[in-house]
Amino acid sequence: MFGKKRVAIVGAGLTLFRRNLKETGKELCYEATKMALDSAGLTLKDIDSVAFGSAPDAFDGIHMKGENMIDSAGGWRKPFSRVFVGGGTGVFTANAGWWHVASGLFDTCLVVAEEKMSSCYPHPAHAFTTIFDPIMSRPLGTTLIWIFALEMHRYMHRHGIKKEQIALVSVKNKKNALDHPCAQLGANITVEDVLNSEIMCWPVQRLDISPTSDGAAALVLASEDVAKKITDNPVWIDGVGWCIDSTYWTNRDLYYPDYVEYAARMAYRMAGIKNPPKEIDVAEPYDPFDYKELHHMEGLLLCKKGEAPKLTEEGVTQRDGDLPINPSGGLLGVGNPIAAAGLMKVCEIFWQLRGEAGKRQVPGDPRTGVAQAWGDLMQYGSVIVLRR
Amino acid sequence: MEDVAIVGVGCTGFRPITPEFSYKEIMFEAATRAYADANVNPRKDIDAFITCGEDYWDGHSIFDEFVPDQLGAVLKPLFTVSADGLIGLATAYMLIRTGQFNTVMVEAHSKASDILTFTDIVAFGLDPIFNRPLGGHPYYIAGLEMTRFLHETGTTKEQCAHVVVKNRKNALANACAAYGADLTLEDVLQSEPMFYPLNRLDTSPLADGCIVLVLASNHVAKKLTDTPVWVRGVGWNSDTSWLESREWGRAIYAELAANMAYKMAGIKNPPKEIQFAEVDDLFSYKELQHLEALKLCGRGEAGKLTEEGITQRDGQMPVNVSGGALGMGYAPEVLGLQRVLEAALQLRGQAGRRQLCDVETGLAQSWRGIPTATGAVAVLSREVK
Amino acid sequence: MSAKIKKYAGHPLKSAEIREGKVPTARWRPKAKYMWSAGVAMSRFLNELKNGRIIATRCNKCGRIMVPPRVFCEQCFKPTDNWTYVKDTGTINTYSASFIAGDASRIKEPIIVAIIDLDGASPGMGIQHKIGEINWKEVKFDMKVKAVWKPPEERKGAITDIKYFKPV
Repeated sequence: MFGKKRVAIVGAGLTLFRRNLKETGKELCYEATKMALDSAGLTLKDIDSVAFGSAPDAFDGIHMKGENMIDSAGGWRKPFSRVFVGGGTGVFTANAGWWHVASGLFDTCLVVAEEKMSSCYPHPAHAFTTIFDPIMSRPLGTTLIWIFALEMHRYMHRHGIKKEQIALVSVKNKKNALDHPCAQLGANITVEDVLNSEIMCWPVQRLDISPTSDGAAALVLASEDVAKKITDNPVWIDGVGWCIDSTYWTNRDLYYPDYVEYAARMAYRMAGIKNPPKEIDVAEPYDPFDYKELHHMEGLLLCKKGEAPKLTEEGVTQRDGDLPINPSGGLLGVGNPIAAAGLMKVCEIFWQLRGEAGKRQVPGDPRTGVAQAWGDLMQYGSVIVLRR
Repeated sequence: MEDVAIVGVGCTGFRPITPEFSYKEIMFEAATRAYADANVNPRKDIDAFITCGEDYWDGHSIFDEFVPDQLGAVLKPLFTVSADGLIGLATAYMLIRTGQFNTVMVEAHSKASDILTFTDIVAFGLDPIFNRPLGGHPYYIAGLEMTRFLHETGTTKEQCAHVVVKNRKNALANACAAYGADLTLEDVLQSEPMFYPLNRLDTSPLADGCIVLVLASNHVAKKLTDTPVWVRGVGWNSDTSWLESREWGRAIYAELAANMAYKMAGIKNPPKEIQFAEVDDLFSYKELQHLEALKLCGRGEAGKLTEEGITQRDGQMPVNVSGGALGMGYAPEVLGLQRVLEAALQLRGQAGRRQLCDVETGLAQSWRGIPTATGAVAVLSREVK
Repeated sequence: MSAKIKKYAGHPLKSAEIREGKVPTARWRPKAKYMWSAGVAMSRFLNELKNGRIIATRCNKCGRIMVPPRVFCEQCFKPTDNWTYVKDTGTINTYSASFIAGDASRIKEPIIVAIIDLDGASPGMGIQHKIGEINWKEVKFDMKVKAVWKPPEERKGAITDIKYFKPV
């Protein structure tokens, strides 16, 4: 128990994730929001506030895009605000919803995340070229995959990790996604498929990477007293954490995400978690690249530094393993509409803890789960801990 | 319930251009001032950092990548609210009220002089299907709104011009203001017509600058300072994104935000309980429209009160003693913190030549500018009520 | 979730349908131009690049020598104390070979990118740059490299005044 009021998730909504969806960003927001409200048996009248999340305006092609989305996210004539922490936004939007209710200012809060990456034409990668320092990086023609390749390579070098070990993550997550009704890239692939896929930026290959996507996700949050009237099966937000590291990413050792560890420690402290691998039953770490799942398992203190590849090889992280990781299929399998993908992970933990994940349900009646997202110049971590 | 106070303020600027400094250096200076003012070390004493802004103002996608170092926030809980600084302040208020955070920093900055295509950026905020293809300078939206406001309330262009004369003059006494000037009504009314009925001097010119605030919970605030400024109420709200179905004559967002803030602060009779106001005046008529929305006067009365001098620095209800955005300059997303900064200095008795006598409670209000219908309100006091 | 909800919203489109104009679209090329002030620290850094030198700042409290230079130490949160030159040699901290360009198009000869920890700066103080005069498969971690500068008359005060780093 922490905060002025304990906060529950009482409903969740999700659209399909696809490379191109016909729906506009507004229409995607509406669909996810409506599903979340319907699943909680609520209408917009029951909503006091809205926490919205979306990644760069350059994707949707609308400056101040949060303002453009207000009506479709249920924010008309309500207190509405948008949080934005790059790729960390999806999970962070749920954190923002938490403080709206935990502060005692509002009984309910809609949490909505949207990304319409396909509007950035001909390729969303264009938008990413403007995330870099205009003096030190942009003149070199820096791309997003370059910098992640640099991080992946450093991580492999420091721990002596092989590409074959990392590829197992992609194989697992794409397979898990076969059971997700919204998934873009569910598939049965092999380690060889990953290793034989096109080299993008060595050591990153085509099948190491999540796709670009359109999609939206939403949650309904309520304070304890209100939640108990809405549902017999609330899921509690018991810890939130976030952290940013220095802008000067070339001055850091990229082999380990300190900022994820700091964010996790903040959330675990709130949730009273002392031994994460023992106390956490299911986790959705951010996996826009396969190595990131491993990197983030380590940052989340779910294993020791450099140990995540071994756990993956041993099958510990499979859906039926001792510590299921990304049972949804993650970004690699379900897709990566950035902010919506992060919130999709929170939705997944919500469904897993309620026992509503259908074919994706992890065994053993999970009680505690964690979702995490990552962003900016390899510098942002956002973490949420949920309990049944 | 934990009360929340402003315990430190820091400001750099405002100036029309600042070619000698990068935005990082401007932010570092404002942050250093705020931390010194609050007597805190950001590396140890601040529990969360909030930065307010938008990508296209800064020219970076994911601009928060570039902010932690100069704010002392490396490996600390920092995040962006894509909003005006006053919504950032409301967010800090919520964080402290959760009981998990004792000290929170709020920052907003503008390096508008780095933007070479400001008008195009504003137009890029319009709906891409319905509005953007129609072209034109997006400030025509303010023209549409002003026309309707004048029509519904009987307010005159001259009354709006009085706002400009007052605020630019007030700015002369504010070292942080970029555009202090001694103007006449004729200067304003005869300035170049821009977006009828707006003339050039009815609009706020751009400025660079940064404001950093430090907020703290009751028990920490009392240890840090003898002059805490209490945040008694906050509110924020938005009317529809669709231009076509918006209320043009009334600032609904400000009415609703004020209702929320007044309720929280226990304010029943705003004109009696609030002694001065800092309200958004990005365009001259906005000050009048906002005063009415905030119920500081009746509908259609703000123009007359302004003409009569009631809102002058020595009037009964001083408004924008700082100079407002017209006098301090339009620093996108910093507008709300400009208003809060002035209110805090007045309540602390540190406003120098602009100091008002015996002020206990003030109001700060902001609007996010074209094309939004989003705004926020804070009620600030010397005493916890 | 899966049990209660039978249908998820969203109408997928094929890329070809968009390319061939079969679905209505609205197009806009944003005119977003900026001229960022380099500021106190980076102005000097850029001017020194014109001279073929790399300059750093030093914090006397933590003792770090920082590249790129900054007027504040982000660790100690205080102004930095003095300027100091660092060498144009260093070691490769990590590297990659890029076969794609910024617009996601493919390139045949990969661009080798690396983080280079500069000699004379504090350990781990790297900058991002390209590596040249070597096949990408022969690049190694901890390899010693040196800057290859453009001729003085071609330098503009930009990071590209260094063409690339080459193995020593």
